[in-house]
This record gives sequence, structure tokens and C-alpha cells, in this order.
Amino acid sequence: MRQVTPIFKKEFTAYFVSPIAYIVISIFLLVTGWFFFTTFFLYNQANLRNFFALLPITLSFVVPAVTMRLFAEELNVGSYEILLTMPVTFLDVVLGKFLAAVVFVATMLIPTLAYPITVSFLGQLDWGPVVAGYTGAVLLGAAFSAIGLFASSLTRNQIIAFIIGMAICFGLTLIDKMLFFLPQSLLGFLEYLGADFHFENVSKGVIDSRDILYFLSVSFVGLYGAYLALLEKN
Amino acid sequence: MIHVEGLTKYYHDLCAVDHIDFDIQKGEILGLLGPNGAGKTTTLRMLTGFLRPTSGSIHVKDYTIDEHPLEIKKLLGYLPESAPLYHEMLVYDYLSYVADIRELDRDEKLSRIRYLANLCGLNEVMHQPIGELSKGYKQRVGLAHAMMSDPEILVMDEPTSGLDPNQIVEIREIIKEIGKEKTIILSTHILSEAEATCDRLAIINQGKIVADGKTQTLKQSAGGASLIRISLQNADLESVKKELQVIDGVTDIVPARREHGEDDNILHVTLTCQSSVDVRGDIYRKIKETDWILLELHQETKTLEHIFRELTREN
Repeated sequence: MRQVTPIFKKEFTAYFVSPIAYIVISIFLLVTGWFFFTTFFLYNQANLRNFFALLPITLSFVVPAVTMRLFAEELNVGSYEILLTMPVTFLDVVLGKFLAAVVFVATMLIPTLAYPITVSFLGQLDWGPVVAGYTGAVLLGAAFSAIGLFASSLTRNQIIAFIIGMAICFGLTLIDKMLFFLPQSLLGFLEYLGADFHFENVSKGVIDSRDILYFLSVSFVGLYGAYLALLEKN
Repeated sequence: MIHVEGLTKYYHDLCAVDHIDFDIQKGEILGLLGPNGAGKTTTLRMLTGFLRPTSGSIHVKDYTIDEHPLEIKKLLGYLPESAPLYHEMLVYDYLSYVADIRELDRDEKLSRIRYLANLCGLNEVMHQPIGELSKGYKQRVGLAHAMMSDPEILVMDEPTSGLDPNQIVEIREIIKEIGKEKTIILSTHILSEAEATCDRLAIINQGKIVADGKTQTLKQSAGGASLIRISLQNADLESVKKELQVIDGVTDIVPARREHGEDDNILHVTLTCQSSVDVRGDIYRKIKETDWILLELHQETKTLEHIFRELTREN
């Protein structure tokens, strides 16, 4: 387990050495900033509800772009062989890369703190839902990172990894909006699967253990999938 | 030190390595020799724990690869073929990352990196991205990577592939230098390299070991026959055959190809002789009795190349 730290450090710095970090962060800020502030003054309410409402969809595009290179690039270049012939376990590798992605997503969220700060000057902002929303955003980022990591471990092509990751994340985000088409008996179950459904609860300021458990279990399933995919290649 | 028994690897239906057995003693330099696709890389990858064998066992010291992969990886340093590395990392950052994973502490890490940079000649490129280095430098970074933890066993897959002749000599020097105290396994398809660096050779063909022995022993066993090439003027093949065939020890005479643009009346022949008797004197005396002019007489013992070709030729 002690090898998690060097792997995390290496992966995290790798984001900022290549242009990918700056591109992804810029796009993320542009998209969230634009959609939030174009409608903000129409509502005339000092809250971040619109920002958080859009976050699952934005993240389901952005996070797979962050995670797509984690395994796919190593498999493609062949450095994967170097990594695995060093004294590390699969668990070290998966956890190190996962943590790097989660911390990167958290870093990406930091500049958006400018939104609540701006809003608090304009009106009476309730900080409770904001704190809850950011907690939820990191949890959501973790769940999507795990899915993206799993997608990346399946292929040596980063574009395929991105598309698979995005499709799963997007599906989880939208599933509770498509319940209309589905049989009654499955409703409760499918609603529980929806990432947006749980994130909405959290971003309202209601931190329920069920929602937290959901994000943790999605992360676990993603990481376990990646672990199995690596084991399979061995 | 290393004991391999019945090692087998299938890629789906394709058998890459087929029941290989070998032992490596401490301090030995073993060369795995074989044509492309013989199973060298697969064997090394199983040894380093990167691939899991389909069947068979690998013991390193008291550890087995199934039960103690981490302990074995700690003992091993591995230089993969064509040293695939992280292109965007700086050489120093990369080596420091490897040192962290190998759990070197701070002071030890710095002195070790400095030592390896000197040994592998990396001082000038320490702060360049690995992707911008030439092939030779990448290989050296790979070598430094492999030796970071001062491992007891070094596994190298084609360590000199893609290097220029000067670099090849340098890397060989380094290998020999390290080989004085470490156990080394390297794979190669370059015979002169195997001959120059290895104590022992194992020739692999189609996933099987077809010869295994000390480099010297292998070369001698190849003996059995030696080749003599002679060039004559004013001679014709028929009479040469007639005259020289009678010499004791000469088993076969075949004409060799004339060099391009050479005079028509020069004849090259190759004589196959038993290596136990030296027939050169007899040949000279025979030729002296005739009016042929002897231009060249040259003996070559069958080298590793012949054994290699015989053992690995496609049927």
C-alpha cells in the first residue's frame, strides 16, 4: 500500500505537465460559468441551484476526459510493463491513479468557488447547500473517476476509453429522467441507480447516508471493474 | 538462484513458450538466444511477473512467483525491450519516481541517482523530457531504472537493440561490469553480443530450449567440422576435387561463389574438414605439386552462428 503515494504523485503532476489539465479546466469553467450566469439574473435568486443542477451533465463529459489516459496511454506506450514489473500490486496502481483523478477533479472545482463568493455579494446566500453541494460534487467526481478509470483499463485507445466512460456516466446521469418510459415495477430501483437523483438530494443540502453510500458503491464497482480488467491482462 | 521448471505460456491457442526448464546460478550471466518470435520476451516477462505462466513454476531464491510476486519483483531489476518510458517526464523526475516506488529513503535516493547517472552517462540529459532523448539515451535511462534498487538479479530484454556500434560497446561494458557481482539474464538475437557478454547461453527456438551450456562448451561442440576456404588460379574444379579429396580428413569440397568482377580463372572452393586434424599442411603440399597458384588459404572454425542456424532453421 505504500506505493500508492508515489503513483498518485506521478499521475497528478503528469496532468499539469501536459496541456491536458489546462484545456480541461478551461473548458469546464467556460461551460459551467456560461450556463450558470446567463440565467442567473433571470431567476433573481441568490443560490447556486442552477450551477449544481448542471454539474452532473458537465462532469459526465469532463471526468472521462480526465481519466481516459490513465491506463489507455500506459497500455499503448508500453510503460504499463515497466509499472507492473516494479514491486507494486494492482491495488496500489488502481488506487494511486484513482486518487490522482479525484484530486484533479477537486482542483478543477476550486476556481468555481468564485461563483458562490460573487453571489454572496449580490444577495443573502445560504452557505449550507453550497457546502453540501461541493461535497456532493467531489463524491460525484469520485464515482465518475472510478467509471472513467474502468473504461480506460479496457482499451489502449484513449478516444475509445473516453467514449465508453462518457456513455456510462451520461447514462447514469440521465437514467432517472427516462423513467417515464419504463415499467412501474422497476421505477424505484432505476431511480436509485441515477447519479443525478442522488446528487440533487445532496446539493439541496440534505446529506443522506443513502446518497453517500450510492457514490461510494459506484466508485467501488468502477475500481473493482478496473482491477478485474488488469488482472485479466496479466 | 533462479529455478524454472516446465514453464509454459499459451496466448489463446498459440504456444509461445513450451515447457522450458533452466537454472541460473548466482553471479552468472545467462544469454537467451533465439530468432524473432522464439519466446524470449515471453519467458522474461513471466520471470518478472508481468505475465502469468499457463503452467510451470518459477522459483527465485526461496520465493515462488505465484505466492510471492512482490518479493520477487523487489529482487529483480527489469529492462524491457526498447525501454518504453513516460515520455513527458524529465529524466530526473522519472528516476526519482522509480526510487520512491522502490522505497529508497531521501539521502539514499539522491546518492543512488547520482551514482547511476554517472554509470550510465546521463548527467547531461537529467533535466530533459524522456520523449526528446535519442534511442541510446532512452535505453540508458531504462538501464538506470532497472538498477535503481541495486537488485540482485537483472533481467534485460535485448539491451542493445537500436543502439549505434559505440553505444553497443558501452552498454556491453556496463553489463560486464555489473555482471561481476550480479546475476544477469539477457535476451538477444545478436550472436556476437551473446558470445561477448554471456557466461552461459540457452538457445530458444519455437518456445523450446534447444541448446544450453557454457558459451565455450557450446562453441566447441559446434566444432566437429571446420571450414577451409582456398582461392586458386589456373585450376579447374574437377581436378581440384580429384587432387584434394584424397587428403585424410577432408570430407567435402564445394565451389564457392566468385566475387563480383573477378578474373575468370580464379577458383574459390570451400573444404569441409574434421576439426580434429589440421589438414592445411597437406593441402599446401598437394597444391605445390601442381602448377596452380595458391592465392588464399583460410580456415574458419564453425562459430556460434552455425550452431544457431542449424538449431533454429525453419524446417
